[in-house]
Amino acid sequence: MADMTTPLKRVRGLGSARSGTDHFWQQRLTALANVPLIIFFVILVISLAGESYEVVHDRLASPWVAIFLILTIISITHHMRLGMQIVIEDYVHGEPQRILLLVANIFFALIVASASIFAVLKISFGG
Amino acid sequence: MSQVDAKANRPLSPHLTIYRPIITMVMSIVHRITGCALFFGTLLVMWWLVAAASGPDAFATANGFFGSWIGIIILFGYTWALMHHMLGGLRHFVWDSIHGFDEKPREMLAWATLIGSVSLTILLWIVGLIVI
Ligand code: HEM
Repeated sequence: MADMTTPLKRVRGLGSARSGTDHFWQQRLTALANVPLIIFFVILVISLAGESYEVVHDRLASPWVAIFLILTIISITHHMRLGMQIVIEDYVHGEPQRILLLVANIFFALIVASASIFAVLKISFGG
Repeated sequence: MSQVDAKANRPLSPHLTIYRPIITMVMSIVHRITGCALFFGTLLVMWWLVAAASGPDAFATANGFFGSWIGIIILFGYTWALMHHMLGGLRHFVWDSIHGFDEKPREMLAWATLIGSVSLTILLWIVGLIVI
């Protein structure tokens, strides 16, 4: 019998990974957010290059800088975790190695994110 | 669609080592390499922020590293990787809008990514050095 499902319907059926286009969508969403955030970050770093501890500390403590820094951290760590997952799935074929690396990838992203966000909050709240 | 004999008609791509490198393919690989370099580069961002949160001594250590010649080389490479990956990402957005797949636009976009990333990196460092 002919297959009556449309390609769209099949995608909404979520495919073999049961996550459909979600990974792709999140990769693009974070990529889009990354563009202005990275431009902000690069300008911030350049404006602080060679500055003293006090100047850097004060700048990082100002609310809008801290807020955008935290958004940057969230966006890039989520984005890089999704990206690295694909790289691992592409090249690592042994089941145990792959699972180990996929777990390490998630831990790495979460550790970098938490440590960086904590640092910004500590500076902001007067540490 | 599900009736297609997936195994027999599956297209096979030639192996990397017998494929003459072309600009679009190289830029595609470079997008992946820069993405992975940036992945590990976040450790430096984390170090910088945690050092600034830890106090003047830790901050001086981090700043000392970033100001050393090896630190400067790494940061210069970091800047380029970031700019290249960002422009490469914008290139993906063009493709996502179903544009830029023909031979001419494809090659144009690949060169634009490369030339753009090198120019932006040099520009940013000139600005950065003036600021210092
Ligand atoms: C600056 C703005 C950025 C944009 C516009 C961007 C865009 C993209 C896009 C569209 C992809 C998917 C490529 C594909 O589907 O084949 C991607 C992959 C990736 N990105 Fe980014 N990205 C940005 C920043 C970053 C940053 C800061 C990091 C790391 C901290 C990063 C790490 C990665 C990794 C690891 C991949 C996977 C590479 C691959 O699959 O080939 N990206 N990026």
